Amino acid sequence: MENLKALSFELRKNVVDMVVEGGGGHIGGDMSVMDILTELYFDQMNISPENMHSPNRDYLVMSKGHSVEALYAVLARKGFFPVGEVIHSFSKFGSQYIGHPNNKLPGIEMNSGSLGHGLSVCAGMALAGKMDGRKNRVYTVMGDGELAEGSIWEAAMAAHHHKLDNLCAVIDRNRLQISGDTENVMAQDSQEERWSAFGWHTIPVNGHDYRELNEAFREAGNYTGAPTVIIANTIKGYGSAVMENKPEWHHRVPTTDEYRQIVRDLEERKEAALHE
Amino acid sequence: MNKIPNRQAICDVLIEKAKTDKDIVVLCSDSRGSSSMTPFAQEFPEQFVEVGIAEQNLVGIAAGLAKCGKKPFAASPASFLSTRSYEQVKVDCAYSNTNVKLIGVSGGVSYGALGMSHHSAQDIAAMSSVPNMRVYLPSDRFQTAKLIKALLEDDKPAYIRVGRNPVEDIYSEEFCPFELNKANLLAKGEDAAVIACGEMVRPAVDAAKMLEAEGIYITVLDMYCLKPLDREAVLEAAARTKLLVTMEEHSPFGGLGAMVSQLIGSRAPRKVINMALPDAPVITGTSGEVFEHYGLNANGLVIVIKENL
Repeated sequence: MENLKALSFELRKNVVDMVVEGGGGHIGGDMSVMDILTELYFDQMNISPENMHSPNRDYLVMSKGHSVEALYAVLARKGFFPVGEVIHSFSKFGSQYIGHPNNKLPGIEMNSGSLGHGLSVCAGMALAGKMDGRKNRVYTVMGDGELAEGSIWEAAMAAHHHKLDNLCAVIDRNRLQISGDTENVMAQDSQEERWSAFGWHTIPVNGHDYRELNEAFREAGNYTGAPTVIIANTIKGYGSAVMENKPEWHHRVPTTDEYRQIVRDLEERKEAALHE
Repeated sequence: MNKIPNRQAICDVLIEKAKTDKDIVVLCSDSRGSSSMTPFAQEFPEQFVEVGIAEQNLVGIAAGLAKCGKKPFAASPASFLSTRSYEQVKVDCAYSNTNVKLIGVSGGVSYGALGMSHHSAQDIAAMSSVPNMRVYLPSDRFQTAKLIKALLEDDKPAYIRVGRNPVEDIYSEEFCPFELNKANLLAKGEDAAVIACGEMVRPAVDAAKMLEAEGIYITVLDMYCLKPLDREAVLEAAARTKLLVTMEEHSPFGGLGAMVSQLIGSRAPRKVINMALPDAPVITGTSGEVFEHYGLNANGLVIVIKENL
C-alpha cells in the first residue's frame, strides 16, 4: 500500500500553493481534514475518473465545503483534473475552481459551502442505495463548528430512523472555528454521547492516524442497522507548527517567510513519514 | 362544482406513473395528509419517504435521492417548503441541479384562518429568484395533471404551488391544451388583458363573461408558468390592449405582477394594474372570504377594469 501519510503532506503542499496563488482559502481546515480525505479516496472509496458515472460508485459530499482546497488536491491526485490547473486558476476570474465545491467539476457530487447540508443529502443518497439494493457506501465530512447547524440533527434523526447503515459521517474535530475555540463559541464536546443518543454507531479516532482511520472505516462498513459517525480528533493547521492550533489560520494566506517555513515543515514530515 | 383539489390530482398522476416507474419517490414532512399523498404512501410504501417535521431535511434528502437517479417529489405546505427549506432549495436543488420536484401545497391563503405563519405569499418571489428553479401555479386539476406528467419527463428542479381546496374547473377531460412553459389564452378581447395564475384564473374567466355582457371584451391569459414566464404571450397581449391587469394570490412584490410589469416597462409600455394580496397581515377568514375582502375575485376584477378603461 502507498504511504498515505507521506502522500498527505504532498497534497498539503498542493493546498498551500492553491491558497497562495488564489490569494485566499480555508487553509487550517484543509490541513486538519487531509488525512480523512486521503484515507477515504486512496484506501476506502470505490471512486475514480473511470467509474465516476456508475451508480455503484461510492459517494462523498464535502459538507464542510470551505475545505474544498483539500478535496481539489485529493481529486487531482486521483486523476479527475490536473493539479497545476487548480493551483493556477483557483479563485481566479471565471474559474470553475471556486472556493467551495462546485459539481460542474468531475468528482464533485454536490455543491456545498453553506454548512449543515451534507448529511441530509447523503441520507438521500443512502436511501436511494437501499431502495435499489446497491452495495455502495455514502460518506460526508463535517466540521465541528458546523455541528451547531440544526439541519444536521434533522438528518441525524432521519438516518437512524431509516436505518441507513450504508452511510458514514466523519467529523473533523479540530476544536477551532473562525471565532476561536469551539468550546467558547458553541460547546461541542460529548459528541459521542450526542450521536449515540440519536442512535448512531460512534467511533472516536485520532484523525491523523491512518491505522485508526482505516479500522474505523472498516468497522463502519461492517456495522449493520444504523449509520456510523467517526469522530476524528484532529489538529487545525496540521503539518506545520506555523499554523497548528492557531485560529487565525482558519482563512489566511501565508507570507513569503511563512510559506517557506510551511513548505520546509511539510517536506520534513513527509520524509519522517517515509521512514516511519 | 368540482370536488377534487389540485393536490389530489398530483397524487393521482404519481400513483398512475409509479406503477411502471420505480424511481418515482414521494417525500413528506408529516404532511402526507395535507398533501393528499396518503394513497400514494399506502400503495407504494417502498417509494414513500417520511422525514418527520423537518423541511430542510425533506429537501436535502430529496436532492440526495435525485442525485442517485430517483425522481423525488417533496410535498409539504408551501409556506414551510418555500421558506424554511429555502437554502436547501437553492444549494442542494437549484445550484446542484438535482431533479427535485417541490410540491408546495395549501399555498397562498389556503389556510386562511390559521394566520400568516401558514400563508405562503412569498413563494413565487422566493423561488423564482433562484437561478435554475422553475415555478408553476397550475389553475385547475386538469392542468395540474398535465403539468406533473410533463415535469416527469425532465430531470431538472421545479417548484409547483397548488391550493388546499378544490377549484372550479377551467378545462375538461377532453379540452386541456397544454404546452410546457406556454401560457394558455382563455379569452381574446381588445379592451384589456388579464394575466392570472393559480386560483386567480377562474375569477378572471368569470369576469370576462360578466364584462362581455356589458360590451367589454378582455383577453385572459392563464400564466401557470411563472418561471420561465411566457414573455411572448405577455407581449402579444400588450400589443393588442391598452390596459393590463395581473391577478395573483401572492404578495405585491416579486410575483406575477412584478414580472409582467418589469417586462412591459422595458418592452411595451402600457398601464399595468397589479392585483395581489396586501403587504400587510392578511385578514382572518376562509380563502374565499379573504379574496372577497381584497377584491381578488370576479367582481373585484370587473370593478378594476371598468375604473381603468
